[in-house]
Amino acid sequence: MNELEKLQSLLRDTPAPNADAKAAALRAATENFARFQEQGAQARPIPEAPAKGSLWKGLADMFNRSTLRPALYASTCLVIAGVAYTSYQPWSETLPELQDAGRATQLAAAPEESLQKPPQAPPTLAPKPAPQKQAAAQSAAAPLAHSQESDSIAPHQKQKTYSALGAMAGLDAPSGDTITHPLQGNADQFTGASENPLKITAQDPVSTFSIDVDTASYAYVRASLLNGGPLNPDAIRIEEMINYFTYDYPAPSDPDQPFSTQISVTKTPWNPETQLVQIGIQGMKPAIENRPPLNLVFLIDTSGSMQSANKLPLLTQSFALMLGELRPTDQVAIVTYAGSAGTALPPTNASETATILGALDRLNASGSTAGQAGLRQAYALADQMTQDGDISRVLLATDGDFNVGINNPDQMKSFIESQRDSGTYLSVLGFGRGNYRDDIMQSLAQNGNGTAAYIDTLAEAQKVLVDQLSGALFPIANDVKIQVEFNPAEVAEYRLIGYETRTLNREDFNNDTVDAGEIGAGHQVTALYEITPVGSPAILNDPLRYTEQAASNSNDELGYFKLRYKKPGAAASQLVTTPIRTNGDLPDAGFAAAIAGFGQVLKHAAYIKNWSYDDAITLATANKGPDPFGYRAEAIRLMKLAKIRD
Amino acid sequence: METSDENLVNLAQSGDAAAFSALISRHYDLMHRIGYRILGSQTEAQDMTQDLCIALGAKIASFRGDAKFTTWLYRVAINAARDRLRKRTTRQKAQENWGAYEVNSRAADAENRAQLDWLQQAMQTLPDDLRETVALVLGEDMTHAAAAEALNIPQGTVSWRMSEVKKHLRAQAQSEELIK
Repeated sequence: MNELEKLQSLLRDTPAPNADAKAAALRAATENFARFQEQGAQARPIPEAPAKGSLWKGLADMFNRSTLRPALYASTCLVIAGVAYTSYQPWSETLPELQDAGRATQLAAAPEESLQKPPQAPPTLAPKPAPQKQAAAQSAAAPLAHSQESDSIAPHQKQKTYSALGAMAGLDAPSGDTITHPLQGNADQFTGASENPLKITAQDPVSTFSIDVDTASYAYVRASLLNGGPLNPDAIRIEEMINYFTYDYPAPSDPDQPFSTQISVTKTPWNPETQLVQIGIQGMKPAIENRPPLNLVFLIDTSGSMQSANKLPLLTQSFALMLGELRPTDQVAIVTYAGSAGTALPPTNASETATILGALDRLNASGSTAGQAGLRQAYALADQMTQDGDISRVLLATDGDFNVGINNPDQMKSFIESQRDSGTYLSVLGFGRGNYRDDIMQSLAQNGNGTAAYIDTLAEAQKVLVDQLSGALFPIANDVKIQVEFNPAEVAEYRLIGYETRTLNREDFNNDTVDAGEIGAGHQVTALYEITPVGSPAILNDPLRYTEQAASNSNDELGYFKLRYKKPGAAASQLVTTPIRTNGDLPDAGFAAAIAGFGQVLKHAAYIKNWSYDDAITLATANKGPDPFGYRAEAIRLMKLAKIRD
Repeated sequence: METSDENLVNLAQSGDAAAFSALISRHYDLMHRIGYRILGSQTEAQDMTQDLCIALGAKIASFRGDAKFTTWLYRVAINAARDRLRKRTTRQKAQENWGAYEVNSRAADAENRAQLDWLQQAMQTLPDDLRETVALVLGEDMTHAAAAEALNIPQGTVSWRMSEVKKHLRAQAQSEELIK
């Protein structure tokens, strides 16, 4: 045996690690992991009952400490009595200390708006203990075995209870424990669309697209950044990120026009040689006092995949928040679908809150997902509820995992198109992560005269369902299409930022049968073009030798903006036109540009060059403005988070 | 079928505590072995591994999947052991340590004791970088290429180091001969 072999054989004979030490290390590591996760993602204002099982375990640990003196022992007994009491109470009735601790977390994370109106649900809305107990039991019983089969997926949920208890008892209690939900590799699905290419004005001067007032992408991106999880570039739709924010656009002055249009031209932050054309559309806000009665059909996915705390429980709370905003003349019905579809609540006047809340409370998640049957039933019910002058809307709440019946986005599209003509609108509310089918959600919303939003927290539910209730529910213009013709004498190249999934053919603009996006009351739509002026060093394409050069009839017009819309119920569209000139500067142009830049950096887009998160942070901070609800401040926080992460 | 390391890492990175626990308990022994072979003491290896397990809660986020998880973990464990050695040096205990070797029950007989003395002598006199390389190539039976990846050095360096180790051991054997 040579020396090397001898050394090898002796080295291999390493003593086995001490089992106790190993167990202690694993315990310490797991505890620390939970604590770290808690620091990392505090923005989850979902009030929850404490997890019984893990509390007992923590308390048992406290007892097992050999240094426990009798006095300490006695005081711990008191705490145990306290825990035995609190763990069975709904969150709204727990000890004030606990509730305050919970609210403090919520406020730290939520935009300021919730400071003024904390999303406080009435006591009856307390999350049902059943699904949570189940979830806790599941994770305790088989922490990993699940991962493969179970489709109930959620990011970890935090419990803030220990610190409060520790403070009460004056004990150094084990800090934050975690309920874990089984989570499999992220299977969220998105419609992939490559970035809009740079167009040469001389060859292709016309750009046509449908407006998009969805905000789902921003909320999804936010949830991904806050959780530190992987972020699929296809999940980033820049127009939805831009449109998440409200900008300081003047309200329409002409009462016949449902919206006003502003166009500004500024320097592009990421390229000094190009310009940014910002098109801002502001929808009118009709007098809300005389609004027509609403018929709302809540179409709720109660399949097994909706079980986790950030899905069905968050959903019922979100809808309950919204009920407070409805009028007695409005009607509500609930259709649920899982393995089969069923009516959980027949059409009921919104004034009968107890009945509606009771029905919401009884919802239970199980089974597979027959989305199509549910949609059919919801539309039928909406049809039955509609009287003259009413506005009917189906609010579909789901994680998009349709696995029974139609489950292909294209088929879903043709189905929803056949329902669209009934005049019923559709709002798609996305919940949860892990197997979120963004592609199906988009397909539904875009083809069903609807909007899509992604709800990750109660604060987001408040924004989407309560603050923007009017916009979300009252359409003021249908099939809004935008066509911009650029002037080749002024603009050499251009590209549309975002709207990749919304592009239309040039001829579709004048074809009233082609569907496009809707604008609700008070909605805003912002679109950005990056244009390269003629003669700029930033032109990327060389001129062609054998093609006629553009006519040089320069008249200071960069292009011509055309917009078509239909008034609700009308079949024929109306045309609005305005030239794009180099003058005009929207007060809020900087922030939209910062968000567009941020989205492109996040997406590793091609045209953004060396622009960085730092540049986006600087630009956004400089253009934050009054920011009454704190949304912009939150965006800047996300930029900082993204910078650390990349 | 066992969930792959990569799957568990993904889950842990998205906040799954159960996946994290499973990952740590699966690889505790690996970290411990590396700690033991570089530090030479089971108590030290234990402490190091515990600290490392705790640190991994935060560190796991920085694993980007461009190497195998175990390769990454070897690297992290070697760094942790290195840090520990450095701290020990400042406490002026550098040379004593491959000496605080825990005597196993099997070490009762004289032959075993002689072998352990030899191992202790060999490991103690090896410079740190050679000892790390030995811990991977001989201790973990890694190829030179794999060890190079874990140590983040060229493969040629690993091969050179192993030949240095051979020289070292031969020198040690010669001096033993002289003493006899």
